[in-house]
Amino acid sequence: MGIIRTSKLIYEYIRRDEEGNPEGITRAVNDVDLDIKPGEFVAILGHNGSGKSTLAKHINAILHPTEGTVWVDGMDTTDEENVWDIRQRAGMVFQNPDNQIIGQVVEEDVGFGPENMGVPTKEIWERVEESLKAVGMYEYRKYSPNKLSGGQKQRVSIAGVLAMHPKCIILDEPTAMLDPNGRKEVIRAVRALNQVEGVTVLLITHYMEEVIHADRVIVMDQGRIELQGTPREVFSQVDRLKSLRLDVPQVTLLAYELKKAGVALPDGILTTQELVKALGDFAYASH
Amino acid sequence: MAIILDHVNHIYGGDTEMAVAALKDVCLTIPDGQFIGLIGHTGSGKSTLVQHLNGLLKPTGGAIYYNGRDIHDEDYNKKELRSKVGLVFQYPEHQLFEADVFSDVCFGPKNLGLTKKEAELRAYQALRQVGIEKEYFYQSPFDLSGGQKRRVAIAGVLAMQPEVLVLDEPTAGLDPKGRDEILDQVAKLKEETGITVILVSHSMEDVAKYVDRIIVMNHGSVMFDDVPREVFCHYRELEQVGLAAPQVTYIMHELRNAGLNVDPEATTLEEAKAEILKALGKR
Repeated sequence: MGIIRTSKLIYEYIRRDEEGNPEGITRAVNDVDLDIKPGEFVAILGHNGSGKSTLAKHINAILHPTEGTVWVDGMDTTDEENVWDIRQRAGMVFQNPDNQIIGQVVEEDVGFGPENMGVPTKEIWERVEESLKAVGMYEYRKYSPNKLSGGQKQRVSIAGVLAMHPKCIILDEPTAMLDPNGRKEVIRAVRALNQVEGVTVLLITHYMEEVIHADRVIVMDQGRIELQGTPREVFSQVDRLKSLRLDVPQVTLLAYELKKAGVALPDGILTTQELVKALGDFAYASH
Repeated sequence: MAIILDHVNHIYGGDTEMAVAALKDVCLTIPDGQFIGLIGHTGSGKSTLVQHLNGLLKPTGGAIYYNGRDIHDEDYNKKELRSKVGLVFQYPEHQLFEADVFSDVCFGPKNLGLTKKEAELRAYQALRQVGIEKEYFYQSPFDLSGGQKRRVAIAGVLAMQPEVLVLDEPTAGLDPKGRDEILDQVAKLKEETGITVILVSHSMEDVAKYVDRIIVMNHGSVMFDDVPREVFCHYRELEQVGLAAPQVTYIMHELRNAGLNVDPEATTLEEAKAEILKALGKR
């Protein structure tokens, strides 16, 4: 059984006018079945308002299903007794690092989670150390978070979640506010967690290049899963993604444009190396 | 007619032990009608710089001239300056507050002391300029999508009819289509009105696609100031300061290394496509 599973998940909320009178019902998540295996790296794409974040908040028991069920590590999220266990197993990282960091010193911030869980002091420090090392921020442990760059702050947020020893980490647009280097640092840290520590990752993003290494890409539209598959399968469908207000990595788009202009290239090229090789083969074949 | 920054310095907390020099001897000329990209890593001084352009921050050294006049002269009309240099902050939709879209956009021009009719005319025009359809005019701004809200917020600044529009990361958090829509509208607006646009961005691909000139900030100083093609030639140096070149520039360099006869300095998808087709003998 998957670490995260949803069955016929529906979430509705009531829209209200200025006076608080109900105007109508919006279905933000519509009949979603999801089964994520332990250790999997899953990316979720979708335009603004497609239901990605609403779905993610169910996994952390911040929202509860209107209909259907969500299980995290076998626990039903609607059962009040499970809430703390669920939040420890499935940690969440949000868009703005400044809203997530509370400590005056990096290591204190990272220790906040395990301390709240009642972990013995000695073990808290061990966890802080290993978490900061995992995201490459150990040398900054004595710094004030104010002195860090956006990418560094976001890695501290991730370490804070890691220190709670989650089985799964959900990142909701963790790189939206970062510069190119910050984005790279965060994605590198997330990939390392997944590959080295075996943490299950659910990454929500608007940057297509960030998901090419995922095991699976899920595309949402109007609260439903519209498309899913490996990055190659998903990014082969350039026109479909564009109609869903999304995009493909620039190298994929370049290959697609070249193909339209008559260059015989395979579909779904994801990396520069693949394009270079394919174009090399083509140039060779045409001589 | 232009904005001139003459040896501008800005030190935060200059009278304390925690003094930080955020701008160091910045000299820039921003002529009318340019589309400028301002890039730099977090903390490089971009935001400090743009806040000087409309007098929100006062330089601790040096001077800023707008159309030939020092904006910190005692008799200089700062209020007018702020209507001429419009600043759109990050996440501007957080500043929407009126009950409907139209009133929100009217707020700025009304504050300028214009008549109700004049303010409404400007609001109408500004909303058209950002591509918001009439059907949304009397809806609550909070019922719109993320991209629409942001365009309404930009209209609020446009309604002041600025001569210079500064956009601080206008596409952060938007989906790819939303990003393109906003930037396409801004480019169109620039074409139609000749307004000067300064785009602060973390997306090298967007900057390469839209602007005529790139200013790169690093540790409070101007590191590069040139056309995109020339700036992105220095991609190794850009990487060292937390930036990068657009993805296609890397692709072109790799192709060149692999023996394909392409110009490695292409910065946009169209340029790259044309170069590769040429090298393959397709055109």
